[in-house]
Amino acid sequence: MEILIPNKEQSGCGLSGVINRKGELIKGEVIIESICCQMERGNGLGAGYAAYGIYPEFADYYCLHVMADNKQALKEVEEILAHKCYLVHQERIPTRATPGISSPPRFRRYFVKPRYEGEIREICEGTADEDDYMVDLVMLINKNVAGAYVISSGRNMGAFKGVGFPDQIANFFRLEEYSAYIWTAHNRFPTNTPGWWGGAHPFTILDWSIVHNGEISSYGTNRRYLEMFGYHCTLLTDTEVVAYLLDLLIRRHGLPIELACMALAPPFWQEIDRMEEPEKSVCTAIRAVYGAAMLNGPFAILFAYNGGLVGLNDRVKLRPLVAAKKGDFYYMASEEAAIRAICPDPEEVWCPKAGEPVIVELEPDTIPNQRSYLRGEGVQVSAPICRFPTAVEEDEEED
Amino acid sequence: MAFEIDAKDLHYRELNKLLRQAIGKGEKHLVLKNVNGQRYVAAGVSAEVDIDIYGVPGLDLGAFMRGPRIRVHGNTQDGAGNTMDDGKIIIEGMAGDVVGYAMRGGKIFVASDVGYRVGIHMKAYMDKVPVIVIGGKAGDFLGEYMAGGVIILLGMFSRYPERPIAGIFLGTGMHGGVIYIRGGVPESQLGAALQIEETDEEDQNILRKHLQEYCADLGYNLDEVMAEKFVKIRPQTHRPYGKLYAY
Repeated sequence: MEILIPNKEQSGCGLSGVINRKGELIKGEVIIESICCQMERGNGLGAGYAAYGIYPEFADYYCLHVMADNKQALKEVEEILAHKCYLVHQERIPTRATPGISSPPRFRRYFVKPRYEGEIREICEGTADEDDYMVDLVMLINKNVAGAYVISSGRNMGAFKGVGFPDQIANFFRLEEYSAYIWTAHNRFPTNTPGWWGGAHPFTILDWSIVHNGEISSYGTNRRYLEMFGYHCTLLTDTEVVAYLLDLLIRRHGLPIELACMALAPPFWQEIDRMEEPEKSVCTAIRAVYGAAMLNGPFAILFAYNGGLVGLNDRVKLRPLVAAKKGDFYYMASEEAAIRAICPDPEEVWCPKAGEPVIVELEPDTIPNQRSYLRGEGVQVSAPICRFPTAVEEDEEED
Repeated sequence: MAFEIDAKDLHYRELNKLLRQAIGKGEKHLVLKNVNGQRYVAAGVSAEVDIDIYGVPGLDLGAFMRGPRIRVHGNTQDGAGNTMDDGKIIIEGMAGDVVGYAMRGGKIFVASDVGYRVGIHMKAYMDKVPVIVIGGKAGDFLGEYMAGGVIILLGMFSRYPERPIAGIFLGTGMHGGVIYIRGGVPESQLGAALQIEETDEEDQNILRKHLQEYCADLGYNLDEVMAEKFVKIRPQTHRPYGKLYAY
């Protein structure tokens, strides 16, 4: 794949995300319109989308979206899958020729289940271990197969991304043909890392997907930390570490999502000094244990999983993030205009505080294999958590 | 008679071109409808005109402008009034981050809340004294590196009851100008080398002058606004970091 060196101009990436809490499907056109409202935030060197709920007929299978330079690379991937997986279905990801999109890689998707060998089969099959198995498989392919990358690996979801503007990438992947209950989208303006197909957002592992505006200057620290747990960064872009950190902290270590967000964007020590117990001890412990997971540098991120959408800013809010709601729909974007483009009359619009996650989960038992990471009542942390349904108080309406 | 422009589906370049053409033809009152995210509206415009904006204007509204009076019937995004030189921006909703960035003259009146780093690097020179009045609450770094001008923070008309009136690092690096805060602010929110003072009669006159205009523009009750005490935040010295790199 061709790697393009960033062409520096004054701008920043654009983000947009939407979720329907009842699992109602949202057409692809909706998210495309929203991200294209922020066209100036990108420079044509990357765009991408994540969609949840798009493969209901294979909802119990992990769907691997594979991007490959050539037939040989795909063949190598397929050999690995033949050994390691049960394959129920595979096909080309439908694309169409799009002006402005030159020499795209090949895209195929594989619907698979882990294939355990020997005695462990009975112990592991159908358990949470399957997630770890799939993580290892993705790492194996991304690390060892030259010119091939798994760009998403969750159940009933997929990532679509490449080099181009968001309207071009949407047209290329025929996204108007998909409907999803969560969409995220990204319009890229690469600054410190190359613009190439693998480096476009979203970055994913299992059903985690993340889109990011900003720069993770702690990339080296985060990357080395993740390597200790078997995650290998192969996509040449800082944002990749966030996807793996989410998987490690929330799925594997079982941190409630609020505390995981605190680990990524912790309060300053001077703020912790002023806290009451037990909040003070919790924050201190998180900073001590997860120092190497802290994201330094400016960021606004949106991440999603099979069950929720979360927005988070760095702790001094160096990148913009706006949230809004209307009925069962929740929206988050870099700019309010991107929300109003698809929801002209939201009931509420608010700007989350620095380091304050906005967590919106589906209602319970809405979709197959639904995940929820809001564990219990949670601990009150420094910033008031804007999790559903508290959102913001009704008060001065200034429309 | 107002001159109307429908901004729907217009790129910001087209919108600004139409706006400038109309001003060039002598239009004094312009109404922009269906604005949604177009950047740089009225940026660099040097004329005494009234501009009413319906919708959400994009980044850098009124940047570098000298003279226009803009009224936004809704919210604005980041960077409103970036380096503006003269004129007025009235925002009937809330505003984003870095409002009035490096502002050097004119006024920005916000009805409700503002985001982070508002009034960063405002400056004043002789009779050019920029003023920002915020009816709601402010995020962190209000008045960061402020070198001159006036920021008035009311905290009265906010959608965030759980938040403090101003975020942390207030006035970090401030070395000129003044921030007035209605009802006071905990010292822990302040950056280094600042002092919180009582307001004197001169301050009260300044406050009354600006708030009278603010309340008239936004339909608030002046007596209610003035009913509470204000505190004044100023730098202890105009060179807070003068010795930072000196041996």
